Amino acid sequence: MTKIPVHLDINGTHHHLELEPRVTLLDALRDRLGLTGTKKGCDHGQCGACTVHVDGERVLACLTLAAQTEGRTITTIEGLAREGELHPVQAAFLEQDAFQCGYCTPGQIMSAVACIREGHAGSDEEIREYMAGNLCRCGAYPHIVAAVRQAALEVAS
Amino acid sequence: MRDFSYFRASSLDAARQAAALPGTMLLAGGTTLIDLAKCGVAEPDTLVDITHLKGLDRIDVNERGATIGALAKMGHIADHADIKSRFPAISEALWQAASAQIRNMATIGGNLMQRTRCPYFRGPANFSACNKREPGSGCSAIGGVTRGHAVLGTSEACIAMYPGDLATALVAFDATVHLGERKLLVDDFFLLPGSTPDREHAIEPGEMITSIEIPSSAAAHRSTYLKIRDRQSYEFAAASAAVGIEFEADGRTIRDLRVALGGVATKPWRARAVEEALKGKVLEPETVRAASRLAVEGAVDHGANHYKIELAPRVVARAILKLGETA
Repeated sequence: MTKIPVHLDINGTHHHLELEPRVTLLDALRDRLGLTGTKKGCDHGQCGACTVHVDGERVLACLTLAAQTEGRTITTIEGLAREGELHPVQAAFLEQDAFQCGYCTPGQIMSAVACIREGHAGSDEEIREYMAGNLCRCGAYPHIVAAVRQAALEVAS
Repeated sequence: MRDFSYFRASSLDAARQAAALPGTMLLAGGTTLIDLAKCGVAEPDTLVDITHLKGLDRIDVNERGATIGALAKMGHIADHADIKSRFPAISEALWQAASAQIRNMATIGGNLMQRTRCPYFRGPANFSACNKREPGSGCSAIGGVTRGHAVLGTSEACIAMYPGDLATALVAFDATVHLGERKLLVDDFFLLPGSTPDREHAIEPGEMITSIEIPSSAAAHRSTYLKIRDRQSYEFAAASAAVGIEFEADGRTIRDLRVALGGVATKPWRARAVEEALKGKVLEPETVRAASRLAVEGAVDHGANHYKIELAPRVVARAILKLGETA
């Protein structure tokens, strides 16, 4: 199929790509732009490893066509830290040891940043419900909940 | 995933005209369509992206009811203050569906077009027979692993379960779907499989969902969505119930009742027999439990899904009794 021009605004940088229409945002990020922080888990919208923000909202990059996001603002895990300083959610994940193998972690963190921003991190129960779209096969859930809880308190204060 | 050409619709009319062309599909949130394209189930030649069309994502709630534009996102509707207060079952059905990420992508119009999760339908590489995918090819589910399949509304051609939550709540409260000029009850929008399981919705080529309308009612105001599943969150329903109730002035005699089932049928399933059996009755646990058995009248199981026939009436009864407690 003929490639189409796609302009993407990712982490404050403008990128111009020529892509087949079927290329997902996930594949464009990883294979074309070298932004491999966003992970490919199931590639079917079932695991949350590919979570990124489009216009500030968490979405799944594996079920989003890159072409659909032209004109939108994309943030990936690489765009979270500011001037070398970790985002409070990143710092909380380190402090609470909220991962084991780390493969789901970028998706967990992107999801947690949005979860707190949405106002859905008010209790452990609410955090579990609204973080349910991010699977952790190591089972680090108790520490992930603790990290989100800690970061939510820090962001609020 | 087979490649396709991609266009952005410049207007609603352009989208409708494109949708009338063979091989062309409308793309909204993509959470079903891109997934099914990866499975090899959807093989569009052209995708027409409608997500950039303006003015189709409004949520308006007034005394008469709620009007929700086709491109409104599931997550935004779930969190909308007036939807939460006037249509609790709608909000609850939405926030218990999918994940927060998917709810930020999926639109309400696309939600109604969601396809079944039947693994035989989704697996053309391993299962060639599927009447929904290839009319006349047979049904791999019948005689297969049926734990997640329907017990109500099935046919000899198809036992695939309708997996959505929102539409279950919509049929309970007589919501209508607007296809431009034409409008239909959501209950009539979803078709039984019969001998044509490939046809799931009463939508014609060239038509597009433009909005959903939910009329206000006392029952919708006092309503809930109870969803029972194999894991606590991010899972399709083993059985679910959208229930709304209105009492007489005495606070215990049922004036109006709405009941619809999810997770057990081939389409969102209104349980009118339960409603009629309880209208005019005083809300008592034993009466409610007995009437709730009517929800699965005519149910047919295929072995592993038998539990749904036991579970669904209990879910209905629990939801009705829960609403009664708030009297």
